[in-house]
Amino acid sequence: MKPKSLLLAALAAVLATAAAAKDIELLNVSYDPTRELYVDYNAVFAKYWQAKTGDKVTVKQSHGGSGKQARAVIDGLAADVITLALAADVDALYDNAKLIPQDWQKRLSNNSAPYTSTIVFLVRKGNPQKIKDWDDLVKPGVSVITPNPKTSGGARWNYLAAWEFAKRKLGSEAKAQEFVARLFKNVPVLDSGARGSTTTFVQREVGDVLLAWENEAFLAVKEFGADKFEIVVPSLSILAEPTVSLVDKNVKKKGTEAVAKAYLDYLYSDEGQEIAARNYYRPRNETVAAKYAAQFPKVELFTIDAAFGGWTKAQKTHFADGGIFDQITTK
Amino acid sequence: MPFRPRRSVLPGFGLSLGFTLAYLGLVILLPLAAVFVKTSGMSWPDFWAAVSSPRVIASYQLTFGASFLAALFNVPCGVMLAWVLVRYEFPGRKLVDALVDLPFALPTAVAGIAFTAIYAKNGWFGQWLEPQGIKVAYTALGVWLVLTFIGLPFVVRTVQPILEELEPELEEAAATLGATRGQTFRRVILPALRPAIITGFALAFARAIGEYGSVVFIAGNRPMHTEITPLLIITKLEQYDYKGATALASVLLVGSFGLLFFIQLSQRRARRAHA
Repeated sequence: MKPKSLLLAALAAVLATAAAAKDIELLNVSYDPTRELYVDYNAVFAKYWQAKTGDKVTVKQSHGGSGKQARAVIDGLAADVITLALAADVDALYDNAKLIPQDWQKRLSNNSAPYTSTIVFLVRKGNPQKIKDWDDLVKPGVSVITPNPKTSGGARWNYLAAWEFAKRKLGSEAKAQEFVARLFKNVPVLDSGARGSTTTFVQREVGDVLLAWENEAFLAVKEFGADKFEIVVPSLSILAEPTVSLVDKNVKKKGTEAVAKAYLDYLYSDEGQEIAARNYYRPRNETVAAKYAAQFPKVELFTIDAAFGGWTKAQKTHFADGGIFDQITTK
Repeated sequence: MPFRPRRSVLPGFGLSLGFTLAYLGLVILLPLAAVFVKTSGMSWPDFWAAVSSPRVIASYQLTFGASFLAALFNVPCGVMLAWVLVRYEFPGRKLVDALVDLPFALPTAVAGIAFTAIYAKNGWFGQWLEPQGIKVAYTALGVWLVLTFIGLPFVVRTVQPILEELEPELEEAAATLGATRGQTFRRVILPALRPAIITGFALAFARAIGEYGSVVFIAGNRPMHTEITPLLIITKLEQYDYKGATALASVLLVGSFGLLFFIQLSQRRARRAHA
């Protein structure tokens, strides 16, 4: 081969790879407190994907109350993946628009929840109200901040954790209902999402205790200083499983199925799990979990499947219109 | 006899009326019709259950009550502001005049957040008011406050042009005829302003009923206490209950329209009685 044609061939090869390397854009529709997590993760995933395929992928994020986000996708927001606060909100994509198959939760391991979290208390420095456990929240004069369980995923976990605590301690569903009703009597402000409640508690200085996602509580302490807030871990809490899914109809239309799938799979990789842990989400991977064990307080956790028979049932009994939450708040 | 417009010296009646109807239809009636079409998918018992649950009733009371009181409060304050702006010359008058329109232009969410920050326990006013037992942020009082804020320009801007046309000579004449200041105000000025005041009140009232952005920040949103109806509509949407949401929306729509219509009607009657 002559040098000239060799050069041409090389040039052609470069051009071919350049033409094959695509610019891909993904949209990740997520809930309120995952902003920081996915900013980190998107950068790492983009690097991984470019190394693997040569394609440049940009992931856009959208955040808001979990239920509101699900509704936006149902109404046509072209999300490639959704990473929401709880399975019930992902279920809504099947129930209302058939955007995903019914058995979506079985497609990825660990119930499609690559990281978990739990509910803890954030109190003001020195814990002036001496709040130690759930039963301190129903005492008269204690002001509790939580978002509205009707609109916020996090608030539903809060509510269910309080319910299960009361059921175990007081021994009956009826007593649990009374307990939760008393708790919500102590709530002066119901924001629609977790971030809104954090703002109310931290910036407006309303309330003695914030019921918060563990990661959100850590973030608040990190952001606003350990001289202002403390984290209190109750004796019992709920294993919150924020779930993720491909939005099948959208990725098929956009031709992004492979990359969107890889985006979710990579959350389970060592690197993905490390990022989750660094953002205060509890990793599923045992080696990573062991590495970050000191970071997460030990607390007895129960699952929603064991205590409430799964999300579909809990949603219907407690949070649907006319359900128990409506009953206790209209009394 | 078929309807036929009187020949006007200005041409283009057919075209402009056609345009008006098409425009109204497209911009106002079509979206509103969609609300009723969605609602009509519900059976009567479902509809009734959606619009009459205790929580919803409490939200009507707050929405209509706070809106009414806010509009009412704006009447004396707005008239006074308009009076000052029209009758007196003072440095900075133009500035004050422009300030009045600010609630029109400002995104209402900004107003809501600002009011909340000021009146929360650690805010500029809140830190003084709360120890006195006066809670503004996260109460119905806060709702009323922001509704007053957004309603003010409506009263000022409807009363102002009428006041401008009302000549001071009228008042001077009343005074020379022996009327006291109070009599001049009640018998001369107020009757001339009444239609404008009523219109301003109605506009402020209607605007407040639909207000969402500012209220949700300051209200606290507790069911039965500080939850406004527009928030319940959003809440229902977030639970994928589109029909329930449109049912509430239709109640608000019919309520607001009924009020505006009634006010128009009574105003016309008052004007006729006055003439």
